[in-house]
Amino acid sequence: MTQALTPKLAVKNLNFYYGNFHALKNINLDIREGKVTAFIGPSGCGKSTLLRTFNRMYGLYPKLRAEGEIIMNGRNVLDPSVDLNMLRAKVGMVFQKPTPFPMSIYDNIAFGVKLYESMSKSEMDDRVEWALQKAALWKEVKDKLKQSGLGLSGGQQQRLCIARAVAVKPEVLLLDEPTSALDPISTAHIEELVHELKQDYTIAIVTHNMQQAARVSDYTAYMYLGELIEVGETDSIFTTPKKKATEDYITGKFG
Amino acid sequence: MTLYFRRRLINSLSLTLSLAAMAFGLFWLLWILYTLFSNGLPGLGTVLFTQTTPAPGSAGGLANAIVGSLAMSAVGVAIGTPIGILAGTYLAEFGERGWLAPATRFINDILLSAPSIVIGLFIYDVYVAQVGHFSGWAGALALSLLVIPVVVRTTENMLRLVPNSMREAAYALGAPQWKMVLQVSLRAAKAGVVTGILLAVARIVGETAPLLFTALNNQFFSNMNEPMANLPVVIFQYAMSPYEDWHTLAWAGALLIGLFVLSLNIIARVLVRPAKSH
Repeated sequence: MTQALTPKLAVKNLNFYYGNFHALKNINLDIREGKVTAFIGPSGCGKSTLLRTFNRMYGLYPKLRAEGEIIMNGRNVLDPSVDLNMLRAKVGMVFQKPTPFPMSIYDNIAFGVKLYESMSKSEMDDRVEWALQKAALWKEVKDKLKQSGLGLSGGQQQRLCIARAVAVKPEVLLLDEPTSALDPISTAHIEELVHELKQDYTIAIVTHNMQQAARVSDYTAYMYLGELIEVGETDSIFTTPKKKATEDYITGKFG
Repeated sequence: MTLYFRRRLINSLSLTLSLAAMAFGLFWLLWILYTLFSNGLPGLGTVLFTQTTPAPGSAGGLANAIVGSLAMSAVGVAIGTPIGILAGTYLAEFGERGWLAPATRFINDILLSAPSIVIGLFIYDVYVAQVGHFSGWAGALALSLLVIPVVVRTTENMLRLVPNSMREAAYALGAPQWKMVLQVSLRAAKAGVVTGILLAVARIVGETAPLLFTALNNQFFSNMNEPMANLPVVIFQYAMSPYEDWHTLAWAGALLIGLFVLSLNIIARVLVRPAKSH
């Protein structure tokens, strides 16, 4: 029990700036190991921005700046001395729009693995199958691994992206609105997958869909205008929120 | 209701105007093609590809000019393409910060619109005049200077069409930038980059001015160290001559170049068309 409550990521006094714009205001939050934490809130509230600090994705662009601490495995991931590529090996990310690379399904999975491990062809075959199994895509693509990843449907592409992230064997998976570009059936597939994956990974998911947050997450965080308004167990957030603002948002009075 | 009719009137008016504009452009193109075919076809035959350029009054073909054009274009593309792709990749993927990329882009744009005769004179001055004779190498060098800006521009533009989300996805897996560029960006832009190279070839096979000062011409087969025959200059000289059989050869050569450029453009269009089978 105590094991399950260990924070995998501990966010402490996190502030984030786009140039002069103060996008995240003093965020304090624990992402618990082996659980799914959902981030909800209206557009522009900073959910995605927060998610993109966990793997320092913001570092690609000039004028973006994070202050504070995000402790993972005893180290502050915002510290420039933390190796960016090793951090991203541990913290995988899946984006809003499926982003298969212009290469075969097999090579899509192998791309990330090859960055960190050198292995034989048969070991790589096993890893690719394992990752596709994890992402519940193996049965659909096992006969066309050499075909382009771009030929898959949107939902399959997104599961390919999840498989690609999982193949590297990360500890944390960041899902940034992973179903917002998908149809309801593909969405259901992905949600089932999140249930499966949380046995092995810590998951943080940003979603615009409150029902989705209620369905897939153990903890929910409500954000508004760059502030973390309330965080708690999903059940209590949706049934007995402590803050009026949270209640207004989840009951649809606002946003 | 009157607003509705007004809208329909404007609609049909602009449709008519754009169709007329298209017909205007197409008219000249078809006329050019018609002239090329009607004048060029009589000279077209196997002799064209087997015999060298003749003296006036005797029979001959364009074999040495065709080979010369292909050789110089090939070398020109071989020199210009790697430089162009590297520079274009730098502009699109690495040059976000600093002054070097905007400066390079500006200079490249100037080079892109530089009259080709200036390029020919430049190579004449720095190469031909130094070694003291015209040569195929000088011609290829001049052509490569025409290839570079075209390839730089298309490579940059095609890389910019690659969605940033794809780059982010590669970075999110922990890929270093060079790996992302090589294996993701350039691969995604491959069809467009190849198209750019084809268009560059189409641009240079018909260039006359840069070869006039560099490769000049040759009545026989030659190696790259000697003055070299090539289609555009042969066409120029033969068309200006008073001899009827030279005129026929000039037209046949013009038809060859025209067909070559036309097919390159068609191939380029097919390549960039997004694959619908996916």
